[in-house]
Amino acid sequence: MGKVIVITSGKGGVGKTTTTANIGTGLAMLGKKVVVVDADIGLRNLDVVMGLENRIVYDVVDVVEKVCRLKQGLIRDKRYEGLYLLPAAQTKDKSAIKPEQMLELCNELKEEFDYILIDSPAGIELGFQNAVAGADESIVVTTPEISAVRDADRVIGLLEAKGLNSPKLLINRIRPDMVKKGDMMNIEDMIDILAIDLLGVVPDDEAIVVSTNRGEPVVSDQSTLAGKAYNNISRRIMGEEVELLNFDHEEGKFTRIMKILFGK
Amino acid sequence: MDFLKMFSKSSKNSKNVAKERLKLVLIHDRADISPKFLQMLESDIVRVMSEYVEIDEEGLDVKMTRTKRESDGSSVPALVANIPIIKVKDRG
Repeated sequence: MGKVIVITSGKGGVGKTTTTANIGTGLAMLGKKVVVVDADIGLRNLDVVMGLENRIVYDVVDVVEKVCRLKQGLIRDKRYEGLYLLPAAQTKDKSAIKPEQMLELCNELKEEFDYILIDSPAGIELGFQNAVAGADESIVVTTPEISAVRDADRVIGLLEAKGLNSPKLLINRIRPDMVKKGDMMNIEDMIDILAIDLLGVVPDDEAIVVSTNRGEPVVSDQSTLAGKAYNNISRRIMGEEVELLNFDHEEGKFTRIMKILFGK
Repeated sequence: MDFLKMFSKSSKNSKNVAKERLKLVLIHDRADISPKFLQMLESDIVRVMSEYVEIDEEGLDVKMTRTKRESDGSSVPALVANIPIIKVKDRG
Protein backbone atom coordinates (compact mmCIF):
# COMPACT_ATOMS: atom_id res chain seq x y z
CA MET A 1 0.00 0.00 0.00
CA GLY A 2 1.48 3.31 -1.09
CA LYS A 3 1.67 6.63 0.65
CA VAL A 4 0.13 9.89 -0.58
CA ILE A 5 2.18 13.01 0.15
CA VAL A 6 0.87 16.47 -0.75
CA ILE A 7 3.38 19.23 -1.51
CA THR A 8 1.93 22.61 -0.64
CA SER A 9 2.90 26.14 0.43
CA GLY A 10 0.06 28.64 0.36
CA LYS A 11 2.13 31.21 -1.49
CA GLY A 12 2.83 30.76 -5.17
CA GLY A 13 6.27 30.71 -6.73
CA VAL A 14 8.17 29.17 -3.83
CA GLY A 15 9.01 25.98 -5.73
CA LYS A 16 6.24 23.43 -5.13
CA THR A 17 6.36 22.06 -8.66
CA THR A 18 10.16 21.88 -8.79
CA THR A 19 10.09 20.14 -5.41
CA THR A 20 7.47 17.62 -6.55
CA ALA A 21 9.39 16.83 -9.74
CA ASN A 22 12.67 16.38 -7.91
CA ILE A 23 11.42 14.34 -4.99
CA GLY A 24 9.45 12.17 -7.40
CA THR A 25 12.46 11.60 -9.61
CA GLY A 26 14.69 11.18 -6.55
CA LEU A 27 12.48 8.45 -5.10
CA ALA A 28 12.30 6.67 -8.47
CA MET A 29 16.11 6.79 -8.74
CA LEU A 30 16.19 5.08 -5.35
CA GLY A 31 14.12 2.24 -6.75
CA LYS A 32 10.62 3.23 -5.73
CA LYS A 33 7.52 3.19 -7.88
CA VAL A 34 6.30 6.77 -7.94
CA VAL A 35 3.55 8.83 -9.53
CA VAL A 36 3.57 12.63 -9.46
CA VAL A 37 0.10 14.17 -9.79
CA ASP A 38 -0.40 17.75 -10.96
CA ALA A 39 -3.40 19.07 -9.01
CA ASP A 40 -3.09 22.59 -10.40
CA ILE A 41 -6.01 22.31 -12.81
CA GLY A 42 -5.96 25.10 -15.41
CA LEU A 43 -2.32 26.03 -14.76
CA ARG A 44 -0.53 22.84 -15.74
CA ASN A 45 3.22 22.99 -15.14
CA LEU A 46 4.55 19.78 -13.64
CA ASP A 47 4.69 18.33 -17.18
CA VAL A 48 7.15 20.96 -18.44
CA VAL A 49 9.30 20.83 -15.33
CA MET A 50 9.53 17.05 -15.77
CA GLY A 51 10.16 17.43 -19.52
CA LEU A 52 7.12 15.30 -20.42
CA GLU A 53 4.93 17.98 -22.02
CA ASN A 54 4.99 16.39 -25.47
CA ARG A 55 3.64 13.07 -24.30
CA ILE A 56 0.32 14.13 -22.80
CA VAL A 57 -2.82 12.55 -24.18
CA TYR A 58 -5.22 12.40 -21.25
CA ASP A 59 -5.20 14.28 -17.95
CA VAL A 60 -6.37 13.94 -14.35
CA VAL A 61 -9.84 15.30 -15.15
CA ASP A 62 -10.27 12.67 -17.90
CA VAL A 63 -9.30 10.03 -15.35
CA VAL A 64 -11.74 11.13 -12.63
CA GLU A 65 -14.52 11.61 -15.19
CA LYS A 66 -13.70 8.14 -16.51
CA VAL A 67 -13.17 9.41 -20.05
CA CYS A 68 -10.14 7.12 -20.01
CA ARG A 69 -8.82 4.40 -17.74
CA LEU A 70 -6.28 5.32 -15.05
CA LYS A 71 -3.52 3.43 -16.88
CA GLN A 72 -4.16 5.47 -20.05
CA GLY A 73 -3.88 8.74 -18.17
CA LEU A 74 -0.49 7.93 -16.64
CA ILE A 75 2.60 9.01 -18.57
CA ARG A 76 5.62 6.82 -18.04
CA ASP A 77 8.94 8.67 -17.74
CA LYS A 78 11.21 6.57 -19.95
CA ARG A 79 14.38 7.96 -18.33
CA TYR A 80 13.60 6.64 -14.85
CA GLU A 81 12.28 3.19 -14.10
CA GLY A 82 9.08 3.35 -12.07
CA LEU A 83 8.33 7.08 -12.53
CA TYR A 84 4.94 8.25 -13.81
CA LEU A 85 3.14 11.57 -14.26
CA LEU A 86 -0.57 12.27 -14.08
CA PRO A 87 -0.88 15.72 -15.66
CA ALA A 88 -3.42 18.42 -14.82
CA ALA A 89 -6.03 19.54 -17.32
CA GLN A 90 -5.11 22.83 -18.92
CA THR A 91 -8.42 23.99 -20.36
CA LYS A 92 -10.69 23.28 -17.41
CA ASP A 93 -10.88 25.01 -14.03
CA LYS A 94 -10.43 23.87 -10.47
CA SER A 95 -14.10 23.01 -9.98
CA ALA A 96 -13.69 20.19 -12.55
CA ILE A 97 -12.70 17.88 -9.68
CA LYS A 98 -14.29 17.39 -6.28
CA PRO A 99 -12.38 16.41 -3.13
CA GLU A 100 -14.24 13.05 -2.98
CA GLN A 101 -13.09 12.21 -6.51
CA MET A 102 -9.53 13.10 -5.61
CA LEU A 103 -9.70 10.85 -2.55
CA GLU A 104 -10.96 7.98 -4.69
CA LEU A 105 -8.17 8.56 -7.22
CA CYS A 106 -5.53 8.57 -4.48
CA ASN A 107 -6.87 5.31 -3.05
CA GLU A 108 -6.70 3.74 -6.49
CA LEU A 109 -3.12 4.96 -7.05
CA LYS A 110 -2.04 3.61 -3.65
CA GLU A 111 -2.64 0.07 -4.89
CA GLU A 112 -0.12 0.54 -7.70
CA PHE A 113 2.55 2.88 -6.35
CA ASP A 114 4.89 3.22 -3.37
CA TYR A 115 4.63 7.01 -3.36
CA ILE A 116 1.98 9.32 -4.75
CA LEU A 117 3.15 12.95 -4.75
CA ILE A 118 0.46 15.60 -5.20
CA ASP A 119 1.60 18.99 -6.47
CA SER A 120 -0.87 21.42 -4.89
CA PRO A 121 -1.81 24.73 -6.51
CA ALA A 122 -1.07 27.97 -4.63
CA GLY A 123 -3.81 29.36 -2.43
CA ILE A 124 -6.12 27.76 0.11
CA GLU A 125 -9.30 27.42 -1.93
CA LEU A 126 -10.82 24.47 -3.78
CA GLY A 127 -7.61 23.53 -5.60
CA PHE A 128 -5.83 23.18 -2.26
CA GLN A 129 -8.79 21.29 -0.75
CA ASN A 130 -8.62 18.85 -3.69
CA ALA A 131 -4.88 18.40 -3.36
CA VAL A 132 -5.05 17.50 0.33
CA ALA A 133 -8.22 15.37 0.12
CA GLY A 134 -6.46 12.04 -0.30
CA ALA A 135 -3.17 12.86 1.41
CA ASP A 136 -1.64 10.80 4.23
CA GLU A 137 1.24 13.19 4.82
CA SER A 138 2.25 16.69 3.81
CA ILE A 139 5.30 18.73 2.92
CA VAL A 140 5.15 22.51 3.31
CA VAL A 141 7.55 24.41 1.04
CA THR A 142 8.72 27.87 2.02
CA THR A 143 11.46 30.34 1.14
CA PRO A 144 13.25 32.63 3.63
CA GLU A 145 10.87 35.53 3.01
CA ILE A 146 8.28 37.00 5.35
CA SER A 147 5.40 36.50 2.93
CA ALA A 148 6.24 32.85 2.22
CA VAL A 149 6.74 31.96 5.90
CA ARG A 150 3.52 33.69 6.86
CA ASP A 151 1.57 31.71 4.25
CA ALA A 152 3.33 28.51 5.31
CA ASP A 153 2.12 29.13 8.87
CA ARG A 154 -1.44 29.54 7.65
CA VAL A 155 -1.25 26.36 5.56
CA ILE A 156 0.21 24.38 8.47
CA GLY A 157 -2.85 25.39 10.50
CA LEU A 158 -5.20 24.30 7.70
CA LEU A 159 -3.39 20.97 7.22
CA GLU A 160 -3.61 20.23 10.92
CA ALA A 161 -7.30 21.12 10.89
CA LYS A 162 -7.72 18.51 8.13
CA GLY A 163 -6.10 15.88 10.33
CA LEU A 164 -2.79 16.00 8.47
CA ASN A 165 -0.72 16.21 11.61
CA SER A 166 2.99 16.89 11.68
CA PRO A 167 3.57 18.43 8.26
CA LYS A 168 7.26 18.53 7.32
CA LEU A 169 9.06 21.72 6.34
CA LEU A 170 11.15 22.14 3.20
CA ILE A 171 13.10 25.39 3.07
CA ASN A 172 13.83 26.36 -0.50
CA ARG A 173 16.19 28.93 -2.05
CA ILE A 174 18.43 29.56 0.93
CA ARG A 175 21.31 31.90 0.04
CA PRO A 176 24.21 31.02 2.34
CA ASP A 177 26.03 34.30 1.57
CA MET A 178 23.05 36.38 2.62
CA VAL A 179 22.41 34.25 5.71
CA LYS A 180 26.02 34.79 6.73
CA LYS A 181 25.64 38.55 6.44
CA GLY A 182 22.48 38.47 8.54
CA ASP A 183 20.35 39.59 5.63
CA MET A 184 18.30 36.41 5.31
CA MET A 185 16.48 34.35 7.90
CA ASN A 186 18.36 31.16 8.66
CA ILE A 187 17.08 27.62 9.13
CA GLU A 188 16.75 27.92 12.92
CA ASP A 189 14.80 31.18 12.59
CA MET A 190 12.18 29.53 10.40
CA ILE A 191 11.89 26.33 12.43
CA ASP A 192 11.59 28.44 15.55
CA ILE A 193 8.72 30.43 14.06
CA LEU A 194 6.82 27.62 12.33
CA ALA A 195 7.48 24.98 15.00
CA ILE A 196 7.38 21.94 12.68
CA ASP A 197 9.97 19.29 11.81
CA LEU A 198 12.47 20.05 9.08
CA LEU A 199 12.56 17.71 6.09
CA GLY A 200 15.34 19.46 4.24
CA VAL A 201 16.92 22.59 2.86
CA VAL A 202 17.55 23.36 -0.81
CA PRO A 203 20.00 26.13 -1.69
CA ASP A 204 19.28 28.78 -4.30
CA ASP A 205 21.18 27.11 -7.12
CA GLU A 206 21.54 28.23 -10.75
CA ALA A 207 21.62 24.55 -11.66
CA ILE A 208 17.86 24.44 -11.01
CA VAL A 209 17.18 27.08 -13.65
CA VAL A 210 19.42 25.26 -16.12
CA SER A 211 17.90 21.85 -15.46
CA THR A 212 14.34 23.20 -15.62
CA ASN A 213 15.18 24.81 -18.96
CA ARG A 214 16.13 21.37 -20.19
CA GLY A 215 13.23 19.52 -18.56
CA GLU A 216 15.54 17.32 -16.52
CA PRO A 217 15.03 17.42 -12.75
CA VAL A 218 18.23 18.61 -11.03
CA VAL A 219 18.27 15.58 -8.70
CA SER A 220 19.59 13.54 -11.63
CA ASP A 221 22.80 15.60 -11.48
CA GLN A 222 24.52 14.69 -8.23
CA SER A 223 27.38 17.07 -8.90
CA THR A 224 25.10 20.00 -8.04
CA LEU A 225 24.32 21.18 -4.53
CA ALA A 226 20.58 21.31 -5.21
CA GLY A 227 20.70 17.83 -6.74
CA LYS A 228 22.36 16.48 -3.60
CA ALA A 229 19.85 18.27 -1.40
CA TYR A 230 16.91 16.66 -3.23
CA ASN A 231 18.57 13.26 -3.08
CA ASN A 232 18.96 13.65 0.69
CA ILE A 233 15.33 14.72 1.03
CA SER A 234 14.15 11.69 -0.96
CA ARG A 235 16.16 9.41 1.29
CA ARG A 236 14.74 11.04 4.42
CA ILE A 237 11.23 10.44 3.07
CA MET A 238 12.15 6.76 2.77
CA GLY A 239 13.05 6.79 6.45
CA GLU A 240 16.83 7.07 6.21
CA GLU A 241 18.68 9.35 8.59
CA VAL A 242 20.65 11.79 6.46
CA GLU A 243 22.59 14.77 7.75
CA LEU A 244 21.74 18.21 6.47
CA LEU A 245 23.98 19.42 3.65
CA ASN A 246 26.69 21.78 4.79
CA PHE A 247 26.57 24.91 2.66
CA ASP A 248 29.83 26.03 4.24
CA HIS A 249 28.56 28.81 6.47
CA GLU A 250 26.99 29.26 9.88
CA GLU A 251 24.20 26.86 8.96
CA GLY A 252 26.82 24.14 9.27
CA LYS A 253 26.37 24.26 13.01
CA PHE A 254 22.92 22.96 12.49
CA THR A 255 24.03 19.73 10.86
CA ARG A 256 22.76 17.09 13.12
CA ILE A 257 21.25 13.77 12.39
CA MET A 258 17.71 14.19 11.27
CA LYS A 259 15.19 11.78 12.59
CA ILE A 260 12.44 12.33 10.17
CA LEU A 261 10.64 9.13 9.57
CA PHE A 262 7.81 9.37 7.17
CA GLY A 263 5.50 6.92 8.83
CA LYS A 264 7.50 3.73 9.07
CA MET B 1 33.97 51.90 2.78
CA ASP B 2 34.59 52.47 6.48
CA PHE B 3 31.60 54.68 6.60
CA LEU B 4 29.48 51.93 5.06
CA LYS B 5 30.79 49.41 7.57
CA MET B 6 29.92 51.70 10.45
CA PHE B 7 26.50 52.18 9.01
CA SER B 8 25.79 48.48 8.61
CA LYS B 9 26.96 47.77 12.13
CA SER B 10 24.82 50.41 13.71
CA SER B 11 21.69 49.29 11.88
CA LYS B 12 19.93 46.08 12.86
CA ASN B 13 20.46 43.02 10.67
CA SER B 14 17.60 42.89 8.20
CA LYS B 15 16.88 39.27 9.04
CA ASN B 16 16.19 40.24 12.64
CA VAL B 17 13.81 42.92 11.44
CA ALA B 18 12.09 40.29 9.28
CA LYS B 19 11.88 37.85 12.16
CA GLU B 20 10.38 40.39 14.53
CA ARG B 21 7.83 41.56 11.98
CA LEU B 22 6.92 37.99 11.14
CA LYS B 23 6.45 37.02 14.78
CA LEU B 24 4.08 39.92 15.31
CA VAL B 25 2.03 39.29 12.21
CA LEU B 26 1.73 35.58 13.05
CA ILE B 27 0.47 36.31 16.54
CA HIS B 28 -2.43 38.21 14.95
CA ASP B 29 -2.93 35.58 12.21
CA ARG B 30 -2.98 32.69 14.63
CA ALA B 31 -5.25 34.31 17.19
CA ASP B 32 -7.46 35.62 14.42
CA ILE B 33 -7.47 39.03 16.08
CA SER B 34 -7.53 42.13 13.90
CA PRO B 35 -5.88 45.41 14.88
CA LYS B 36 -9.39 46.93 14.89
CA PHE B 37 -10.58 44.35 17.43
CA LEU B 38 -7.54 45.06 19.58
CA GLN B 39 -8.29 48.78 19.38
CA MET B 40 -11.86 48.18 20.59
CA LEU B 41 -10.62 46.00 23.42
CA GLU B 42 -8.06 48.61 24.41
CA SER B 43 -10.58 51.46 24.59
CA ASP B 44 -12.99 49.33 26.65
CA ILE B 45 -10.26 48.39 29.11
CA VAL B 46 -9.29 52.04 29.43
CA ARG B 47 -12.88 53.10 29.96
CA VAL B 48 -13.44 50.60 32.77
CA MET B 49 -10.12 51.33 34.46
CA SER B 50 -10.63 55.09 34.24
CA GLU B 51 -13.47 54.77 36.72
CA TYR B 52 -10.95 53.75 39.35
CA VAL B 53 -7.60 55.19 38.35
CA GLU B 54 -6.10 57.97 36.27
CA ILE B 55 -4.26 56.43 33.33
CA ASP B 56 -1.27 57.74 31.40
CA GLU B 57 -2.75 57.20 27.95
CA GLU B 58 0.52 58.19 26.27
CA GLY B 59 2.31 55.24 27.82
CA LEU B 60 -0.45 52.75 27.12
CA ASP B 61 0.61 49.52 25.40
CA VAL B 62 -1.80 46.70 24.63
CA LYS B 63 -0.64 43.85 22.41
CA MET B 64 -1.09 40.21 21.57
CA THR B 65 1.72 37.80 22.33
CA ARG B 66 2.10 34.12 23.10
CA THR B 67 2.60 32.36 26.36
CA LYS B 68 3.05 28.78 27.53
CA ARG B 69 0.01 27.33 29.23
CA GLU B 70 1.01 25.90 32.59
CA SER B 71 -1.19 22.81 32.42
CA ASP B 72 0.34 21.25 29.29
CA GLY B 73 3.08 23.62 28.12
CA SER B 74 1.30 24.36 24.83
CA SER B 75 1.64 27.81 23.32
CA VAL B 76 -1.50 29.95 23.54
CA PRO B 77 -2.27 33.57 22.60
CA ALA B 78 -2.06 36.05 25.46
CA LEU B 79 -3.10 39.66 25.82
CA VAL B 80 -0.43 41.79 27.44
CA ALA B 81 -1.48 45.22 28.65
CA ASN B 82 0.95 47.74 30.11
CA ILE B 83 -1.16 50.53 31.56
CA PRO B 84 0.74 53.19 33.55
CA ILE B 85 -1.33 54.60 36.41
CA ILE B 86 -0.85 58.24 37.33
CA LYS B 87 -2.92 58.12 40.48
CA VAL B 88 -5.68 56.20 42.13
CA LYS B 89 -8.95 58.07 42.13
CA ASP B 90 -10.52 59.00 45.39
CA ARG B 91 -13.50 56.73 45.66
CA GLY B 92 -14.96 58.36 48.74
